[in-house]
Amino acid sequence: MPAKLKGAQILVECLQREGVDTAFGIPGGVNLPTFDALYQSKIKVILTVHEQGAAHMADGYARATGRVGVCLATSGPGATNLVTGIATAYMDSIPVVAITGQVRTSVIGNDAFQEVDTVGITRPITKHSYLVKDPRDMARVVREAFHIASTGRPGPVLIDVPVDATVSEAEFLYPEQIHIRGYRLQTAPELDMAQVMQAAEAIARSRKPVLYVGAGVIHAGAAAELAELAHRAHIPVTTSLLGLGSFPETDPLSLGMLGMHGFEYTNYAVAQCDLLIGIGARFDDRVTGKPDEFARHAKKIHIDVDPSSINKTVLVDYPVIGDVKQVLRALNAQAKPLDTADWLRTIREMRVKYPLMYREKQKLLPQYIIQQISEATHGNAIIATGVGQHQMWAAQFYQFNRPRSLITSGGLGTMGFGLPAAIGAQFGRPNDVVWDIDGDGSFQMTAQELATAAEHHLPVKVAIMNNQHHGMVRQWQDLFYEGRHAQSRLNPVDFVKLAQANGCVGIRVERKEDVHSAIEQAMHTTQQPTVIEFVVEEAENCWPMIAPGKPHDQMLGTHDVLEQDGGVPQHRRAEPDEESKLSLG
Amino acid sequence: MSEKHTISVLVENHFGVLARVSGLISARAFNIDSLSVSTTEDPTTSRMTIVVDADAVKLEQVKRQLGRLIDVIDVQELREGEYIDRELLLARVNANGATKAQLEQIAKQFGGRIAHATAESVVMEASGDTKTLDRLVEQLRQHQITKLVRTGRVALER
Ligand SMILES: Cc1ncc(C[n+]2csc(CCOP(=O)(O)OP(=O)(O)O)c2C)c(N)n1
Repeated sequence: MPAKLKGAQILVECLQREGVDTAFGIPGGVNLPTFDALYQSKIKVILTVHEQGAAHMADGYARATGRVGVCLATSGPGATNLVTGIATAYMDSIPVVAITGQVRTSVIGNDAFQEVDTVGITRPITKHSYLVKDPRDMARVVREAFHIASTGRPGPVLIDVPVDATVSEAEFLYPEQIHIRGYRLQTAPELDMAQVMQAAEAIARSRKPVLYVGAGVIHAGAAAELAELAHRAHIPVTTSLLGLGSFPETDPLSLGMLGMHGFEYTNYAVAQCDLLIGIGARFDDRVTGKPDEFARHAKKIHIDVDPSSINKTVLVDYPVIGDVKQVLRALNAQAKPLDTADWLRTIREMRVKYPLMYREKQKLLPQYIIQQISEATHGNAIIATGVGQHQMWAAQFYQFNRPRSLITSGGLGTMGFGLPAAIGAQFGRPNDVVWDIDGDGSFQMTAQELATAAEHHLPVKVAIMNNQHHGMVRQWQDLFYEGRHAQSRLNPVDFVKLAQANGCVGIRVERKEDVHSAIEQAMHTTQQPTVIEFVVEEAENCWPMIAPGKPHDQMLGTHDVLEQDGGVPQHRRAEPDEESKLSLG
Repeated sequence: MSEKHTISVLVENHFGVLARVSGLISARAFNIDSLSVSTTEDPTTSRMTIVVDADAVKLEQVKRQLGRLIDVIDVQELREGEYIDRELLLARVNANGATKAQLEQIAKQFGGRIAHATAESVVMEASGDTKTLDRLVEQLRQHQITKLVRTGRVALER
């Protein structure tokens, strides 16, 4: 006879079998049995200040490690506080398992104390969800939840557990096998070789190809296969925001980021290419601008594990549905060197002609600070961000070289994501350097989690670009609302005191000559979080920019405009060495 | 161009599935014309027949997104001419001694019957494909319909 265990014990036993070592959350009435069982286990449970922090930490942990992140909350307000974090993970396809407490099964639906319909509220923002009314279902549910969260197109799964299902007992039988008949094909869609061959032929015919890469390549662990295709066939690579890191930006074939705040030359390259090869990317409107004019001269290939992302915003000529790694391997088997010498030369000329620019101002510039962080960390740190101008500047001016090095909310654009995500990443990768490049507005939305980082002596480094504004909003108001700054100016806050009050090192930097030493000080602070408040220029705009709904070759804040304004070209990448110059044509 | 499509969705037979399916469709701002659910020959599964108003590209999206739901086992679009469809109609219609006979006649003509009768009204029952029942409703309107229910389409490929 198998042993009888309480539901909460089964839950914890199953978490351990999934290899969970860390979880983030806050206890409350109905999940006390779960926390009590966790207390007696090997799993390290990190108490956060707010449940949103717990969800973002689980998310940051997952993005940094590739493993499933786990967060826990009580019923009612605990669960609703998770919602923003779950939605953030959903939009970016991040494997998270959220475990919420629920009121007793017998009172569900009675508006009991702290009752909300958590499964109902989270239905549109989870990949799947469960309500476990019977402890006999617990083991199967936990097993399925981790499987679903981490396979196919990953995503968050919610397990809602009424308190009675955690205290009553059931025989513990660990399900070795998983049978989910509605899910089999999604985990391993059968590769249609005809689709692959058509794509391979389109590639072979192309003279001006561009690889457009999203986070799907990172999720699939296919960076090596991507590099092989690019190098073997001589195809330049641009990435979406979430794709940054999938292809080293030091590589001469790297075009960096495309889209709304992508590089000018990169967007021109996309506008001119004859073949766009989308891989694990979802043709987001921040990337495509006006969808029917996106890469309008190009045939389009779209490789994705999720059939529903094909033709969603942009109609493609050659869809290939399948695991990105598997598809890339199949394509690599066909790939031959293409004659792209002229194309690469054109791109190289455009790169030199249309560099990123900015003009020095009286006050510090975020772009400069980020360049300095990039240099100090050799592009090898993990960078988390908030949402706004600083996020786009981080994407532009930090040189990302490794997968899982940029942790940012791309799909939902969640302000307040940066700090807790950085904390989660640092828990997952204790030996890596983790920076949160944040805005003063975003940072304050979850700043209370500094206390969590300090409690655990995490050496997370926070660089706040304090422009005293919701800078991106202010920029749009200046561009599109005649400068009326409706509610975009922030109240002044002393971030140094805020840091110190939370047990962190606090530094304020106002002069260019102090930037480097402050960064060095943070790099050498290994037992405590460091918060650097950079007092930066308030009116600086993030350029270049594709105005919403405009095509890629009609950008604002282009290099020639900035040049007239006294802008200076910024060489963010190391000059290609001799050998790579050759491969650039 | 927007038009009516019939999709047949095989799902796990447990609670919450209907909410997932209908939620997904309504979240994409599609109007569900009708939706019917019942268990199948296998009691662990249910089949939903859904009629939606959508253009072809969007419909393709919805089918794929439905396929992405974990509780959905299979999604099939039933194309015009390839399936048999029926719905059941019940209508309460005002009737007196004189019109009752006419209504009986109409029922007969549509293969239906009078399921219940009082001094002032009858309840007519009929089944058929959507167009046939639409025609029936037209005829009944000439008498006065006080209440009308239709089950929505169920369909099976030929
Ligand atoms: C939770 C949330 N609320 C509102 C917004 C809208 N929004 C986008 S960017 C932005 C301003 C961000 O300001 P800050 O974090 O200071 O960054 P900056 O743009 O100044 O670098 C706002 C309010 C959002 N993305 N997320």
